[in-house]
Amino acid sequence: MKHIVTLNERVLEDTMEHGGCGECQTSCQSACKTSCTVGNQNCENEAQK
Amino acid sequence: MVHQFKNNGFNIAMDVNSGAIHVVDDPVYEIISRYEADSKEDIINDLSKEYGLEETKEAYDEVTLLKEDGKLFTKDIYMPYLKSFDSRPIVVKALCMHIAHDCNLVCKYCFAGKGEYNGEREMMSPEVGKKALDFLVANSGNRKHLEVDFFGGEPTMNMDTVKQIVEYGRQLEKTTDKIFRFTLTTNGLLLNDELEEYINKEMSNVVLSIDGRKEVNDFMRPFRGGNGSSYDIILPKYKKLAESRNQENYYVRGTFTHNNIDFSKDVLHLADEGFKQISVEPVVAEPSEDYAIREEDLPAIFEEYDKLACEMSKRKKEGRGFNFFHFMIDIDGGPCVAKRLQGCGSGCEYLSVTPNGDLYPCHQFVGNEDMKMGDVDTGVTNTALRSEFRKSNVYSKPACQDCFAKFYCSGGCAANAFNYSGDINGNYKIGCEMQKKRVECALMLKAAEAMM
Repeated sequence: MKHIVTLNERVLEDTMEHGGCGECQTSCQSACKTSCTVGNQNCENEAQK
Repeated sequence: MVHQFKNNGFNIAMDVNSGAIHVVDDPVYEIISRYEADSKEDIINDLSKEYGLEETKEAYDEVTLLKEDGKLFTKDIYMPYLKSFDSRPIVVKALCMHIAHDCNLVCKYCFAGKGEYNGEREMMSPEVGKKALDFLVANSGNRKHLEVDFFGGEPTMNMDTVKQIVEYGRQLEKTTDKIFRFTLTTNGLLLNDELEEYINKEMSNVVLSIDGRKEVNDFMRPFRGGNGSSYDIILPKYKKLAESRNQENYYVRGTFTHNNIDFSKDVLHLADEGFKQISVEPVVAEPSEDYAIREEDLPAIFEEYDKLACEMSKRKKEGRGFNFFHFMIDIDGGPCVAKRLQGCGSGCEYLSVTPNGDLYPCHQFVGNEDMKMGDVDTGVTNTALRSEFRKSNVYSKPACQDCFAKFYCSGGCAANAFNYSGDINGNYKIGCEMQKKRVECALMLKAAEAMM
């Protein structure tokens, strides 16, 4: 495309099949303790990747 | 839903429901803003005056292609999917252990009420800590990775208990299929070589509290009695610890308040001191406190986030980048949509344990007796409260429905919502506005990185 650069390949819908295993880190255990910072958590589900 | 914004020379279009992020040129930016409301003919007629007929048609076709590919103007299809999680068993996978309800600092903004959480000064015994691990293992279902954060007050004032809990956890790893990830949050005053070695051996992450510039840190993080500088004591210790961990798996973590709205200087001060993993976060305080962030502070705070993001982008290009926790977003391999809808898991997957073994939905609810959920001996007995937390998600919060940031903050912090609106499904408006700005800055950094 000439006018648009898409930054990510995977869309959220793609994560529905294997998602929700719950193995990823709880957001408040990383650094925050005062906010809810979920978007930066790594996925730990190999089937998802 | 599509959210568009301009930041640092980039035009960014977020397709909220698919999570697709696009960097677009000016004609596309205008086409997207009118695509659903106006006819193709009208849009092309109007825009071709500025961009030329061929360019405008081409840009319009690219937008249509992305729409057909499910990356623009997508619908929110996840509510029935989330409903299917209702029948899953409830598991606990993370505990915040209040090792000490006591502290050797008296930080003015401490939500722990100077360490004691508005109660008695108290230390957790090893026995309570071990029972908490037993409770965690027994309630963790098929979760393999279990997280335990040693928190306070100041947990290093009670290291004997920490060590005994860790040792017990390592034993449990041998007799169960569980893996413990221990983390520690500390103010650093008691750090020494021995403790550093122990932390590096046992803690998968360590959070080191410091607010930034010396005068900012020492004003809000004084000693009892007010004499001396906590900054002078902790800075060299933190530098040594960060280096000993190869600048990974730690955060220097500060709080900014109404008193240092120019907090980008604090972040950059920490970066200039050599730290690579930095988190500086807005204070959460009663509106009546003089240091609380007010609505009128928001324009200046947004400017600070912009300034910080631009400087980070510049430093990254120069090969001296650093991570800022609130600008970290994984747009490709990040959390699945289920995680994004459910949020932090407080009151359900994530609980706090007080020194005497009581369970609360999270560390911020400790001290509020109405929020007590049970204890490590009998487990969660307030199942009605647990149910309330379990049902809380992006869809249970009215203010989130039309928000472009909902899949990044997952509906925000339940404790903040409760403290400001009296309802875990309410919202903390000032916090939401800052969160939205941070998402925009984070995506701008992703765009800058992609265009390097």
